[in-house]
Amino acid sequence: MSAYETWIAFCTILVKEIRRFTRIWVQTLLPPAITMGLYFVIFGKLIGSRIGEMGGFSYMEFVVPGLIMMSVLTNAYSNVVSSFYSNKFQRSIEEQLIAPIPNWVILAGYVAGGVARGLCVGVIVTFLSLFFTRLQVQHPLLMIAIVLLTAILFSLAGLINAVYAKSFDDISIIPTFVLTPLTYLGGVFYSINLLPPFWQALSQANPILYMVNAFRYGVLGISDVNIGFAFGMILFFIVIAGGYAMHLLRSGRGLRS
Amino acid sequence: MDCAVSIRNLHKTYANGFSALKGIDLDVQQGDFFALLGPNGAGKSTTIGILCSLVRKTSGSVKIFGLDIDSHFAEARKHIGVVPQEFNFSQFEKVFDIIATQAGYYGMPAALARQRTEHYMKQLDLWDKRDVPARMLSGGMKRRLMIARALVHEPKLLILDEPTAGVDIELRRSMWEFLQEINRAGTSIILTTHYLEEAENLCRNIAIINKGSIIENTSIKALIKTLDRETFVLDLHAPVTALPALPGFQVKQTDAQVLEVEVRRGTDLNELFALLTEQGIRITSMRNKANRLEELFVTLLNRDDSTKPGAAA
Repeated sequence: MSAYETWIAFCTILVKEIRRFTRIWVQTLLPPAITMGLYFVIFGKLIGSRIGEMGGFSYMEFVVPGLIMMSVLTNAYSNVVSSFYSNKFQRSIEEQLIAPIPNWVILAGYVAGGVARGLCVGVIVTFLSLFFTRLQVQHPLLMIAIVLLTAILFSLAGLINAVYAKSFDDISIIPTFVLTPLTYLGGVFYSINLLPPFWQALSQANPILYMVNAFRYGVLGISDVNIGFAFGMILFFIVIAGGYAMHLLRSGRGLRS
Repeated sequence: MDCAVSIRNLHKTYANGFSALKGIDLDVQQGDFFALLGPNGAGKSTTIGILCSLVRKTSGSVKIFGLDIDSHFAEARKHIGVVPQEFNFSQFEKVFDIIATQAGYYGMPAALARQRTEHYMKQLDLWDKRDVPARMLSGGMKRRLMIARALVHEPKLLILDEPTAGVDIELRRSMWEFLQEINRAGTSIILTTHYLEEAENLCRNIAIINKGSIIENTSIKALIKTLDRETFVLDLHAPVTALPALPGFQVKQTDAQVLEVEVRRGTDLNELFALLTEQGIRITSMRNKANRLEELFVTLLNRDDSTKPGAAA
């Protein structure tokens, strides 16, 4: 395929993905808005007012970047895992497999779809947060870079999960038993400086901690971790997950007999 | 001129050890309407799966219009349109979007994709359903949707895996006409079907595959010529108690008023009627027991099975 044809194929997958999650917006865009709205009310306003300051900011200000990041990464993941597995289940993935689309374009298309939903939800949650607090973004470029890279990483992870999934149960196991605990323990609701040394050290093995803190640094200018290291780690995981996802597509695991 | 499809020594062994293809060779000429027949599990779908890259071959070579599917996968795939046996589109998407999206996968600009989608939807009587989610279509419409989708990038080779399975007779006939039309326009077609009448009516050449090997590969005409006998079913005016003596014919009574008579090619049927008349047997109607190709098909499969090692055991 020429570069132009390849670009069209990529855009086609991306548009199809965007069409899918906007068509079912009640399942994809509305729930995170409601959930995060409740978080803002309960943790930010009701409980947060009793917690006091954290890292020099009100609890509401502290928790907002974490909640935005949490919604971005879970939605990027959910979009790719459910869309790719659903295409596998309905066998409509064959439409792409028989076309002359290179594997990397298929991968890029799904990842871009995941990023698009992650960003959409991120923007919705950000607007929602403005009803509760003022956001003064300290490092906008860094914030955008982190949110993009995180969405890319979790989209890749979603695709890997979908390739291995053999039933709809399999696509909810990782989000329920891995992603949710790691997110809740990843510094969304608290600074790890509040933890005893053992738990602080253990928390540093949680990759989501770095993403949440790097994003929080972009917004508030504070972080529990080194930002350069956080970037390096996210990039490292993207390379690993991207390479593995490409290997899976190339080998045709679960897709070609 | 390169063949539309050229297969050499193609093997496929699945992960569970099942050998689906045992070194098949096959050529399909450009512009041909080619039938690939075989019983269930013979290797037809595996062959088609390899042609459209959904199945990975174990060894051998496959060329599409001279392009090797391994070294020129993108160019080779551009030439192929596939209508699979089972529905494989998103049930929730609109019919128009499914076809236009497929055009996009082949790198077609949006305006051209919309134009082609409209053209093929109208040709296949789907235009009225353009904004309907695919799940709302009838079985026949879903089949037509898959044909429109396979044609939207205007492939030089169209592969149809049992396209008329479960389709009513009227729709089947109209699909035949449509396929003949696009074949006349230059599209090479490979068809697998269980309706042997379909193969006989549509196709010029045929390959019969059984247990992973090609057991016959010739023209339909040449194959029909090899048919040396036909079985006729005779409905009798009155019941007969004993099998009538019909020298030169093999006769079987299946019911008190039904006889099956096997007639050798070139035999004068008047002889048969004369013998029956002599014995006071009146015939009210007569028909072929099976489609001619069907008889050959069964004969070839039986012959192949009986020549396989261990067949007598």
